[in-house]
Amino acid sequence: MTTSELAPPPVKEAGRALESLAVRGRQGRLRSAWRGRFLRIVVPAVLIVLWQLSSVLGWADEFTLPPPSRIIAAYQELWANGDIQAALPISLKRAGTGLAIGVSLGLVLGLFAGLWKIGEEIFDAPLQMLRTIPFIAVVPLFITWFGIGETPKLVLIAAATVFPMYLNTYHGVRGVDKKLIESGQTFGLRGWRLAARVILPTALPAALTGLRYAAGVSLLALVLAEQINAREGIGYLVNNANQNQRPDIVIAGILIYALLGIVVDVLMRLAEHFALPWRPRVAIG
Amino acid sequence: MSPSAETVVDARGVRRVFDRAVLDGVDLQLRQGDFVALLGPSGTGKTTLLRILAGLDAADDGQVTVPRQRSVVFQEPRLIPARRVWRNVVLGSRNPRRDRKKAIAALTEVGLAAKSDAWPLTLSGGEAQRVALARALATEPGLLLLDEPFAALDALTRIKMHDLVAELIQRHNPAVLLVTHDVDEAILLADRILILADGSIDVDVAVDLEKPRRRSDPGFPELRAHLLERLGVS
Repeated sequence: MTTSELAPPPVKEAGRALESLAVRGRQGRLRSAWRGRFLRIVVPAVLIVLWQLSSVLGWADEFTLPPPSRIIAAYQELWANGDIQAALPISLKRAGTGLAIGVSLGLVLGLFAGLWKIGEEIFDAPLQMLRTIPFIAVVPLFITWFGIGETPKLVLIAAATVFPMYLNTYHGVRGVDKKLIESGQTFGLRGWRLAARVILPTALPAALTGLRYAAGVSLLALVLAEQINAREGIGYLVNNANQNQRPDIVIAGILIYALLGIVVDVLMRLAEHFALPWRPRVAIG
Repeated sequence: MSPSAETVVDARGVRRVFDRAVLDGVDLQLRQGDFVALLGPSGTGKTTLLRILAGLDAADDGQVTVPRQRSVVFQEPRLIPARRVWRNVVLGSRNPRRDRKKAIAALTEVGLAAKSDAWPLTLSGGEAQRVALARALATEPGLLLLDEPFAALDALTRIKMHDLVAELIQRHNPAVLLVTHDVDEAILLADRILILADGSIDVDVAVDLEKPRRRSDPGFPELRAHLLERLGVS
């Protein structure tokens, strides 16, 4: 090897030129924070105003797209008739029962497959296969199997929620840091005690993520299930309104589903907050 | 360390083969109260030997006798984040509530009684490692295994931890095996220094410097130079 091969490459002088970096004062940061908050409120408000104007100014047929004022009137009507008060608990009970069944099953299977090799060998392959089936696709089959009563609705919601719960629990248990398990073993923890003190508490965040996801999916499955010849519940209100050509009530029903989604998500976040006090709080501001 | 102290660790002809024989006939005896440091470059099987003595890994061949009550402090604190500090200290206890006082006492020894109800993730690195030390000593182990427990600490914290470990080990008097690649640390803490090379113990020197050890001791640089030479760094 000659010395010329070892010589370092020439230094690029351009990279050594100096530049001054931008300074952003407290004022600038505050301004951008307030702009963010302002736009978050104003943009949705403008959209709602445009929606209202669309019918006032005749841009859209009031029958195709009823304005917000009509939707509010629809709510008043539904409330006065007692329709909402009757439908909401029924839909919530459907979603809740299906969710409880699916989540319990997913939790048990996930723990079994996560903690025991034999559980993984028995359940993981079939569940991974079933998981790939979109639950929407099995609706006709469920009607054939379970008829058009409450059963297919609950089965559908349970079937849709079992997988997110199973997968997250299983991966949560399997994902517990081997080093923590080893540290438990060093101090004499085996079997049930090792699971209760090290593995399960450490896997809880993943299981709760599964629960949150399952709760979201349960609403999705609820909407679908209530398309199956519902005789009561929010889905029944919507279908009925559709047949009676009341798009305002249809939209009102859809918005109830959306609101349920938000409420469920907030509740789940609160549950996580209280169930996982040991996790460092990530700022949400 | 009295000369009549009984042998608590007796390892003979320990072999462990991965793609090569990492340990190839290691003999090691420790008596109650011995503080032995095990030096060696990376990949020489120091940690493998420690894991075998801890019972976390099995030897392929040879005989290993160790005390039933063993503790390990690893390079990372390995606290369970979902359990409060005091519960981590009595992690292996059959009845943690009953042993709460014991946990607090162990935490007091490392100066962290005030943090007993804290969550591990709120501790600093040095604090977490002190909790790990309290946990290791709370079981009154016959053998304490230290696997580079100071390696991840900042330099100032490390100095404090050295003093704390030396003091606590003197009080509890277990047999100690410290795995490290820091020659100075080995001289500061241990009474005997081993170097593991080519699968067996290559060097076995007693540290005859006065305690507490000081780097200013004239024997210090001499021993240090000797060990570094044997480690192939000169």
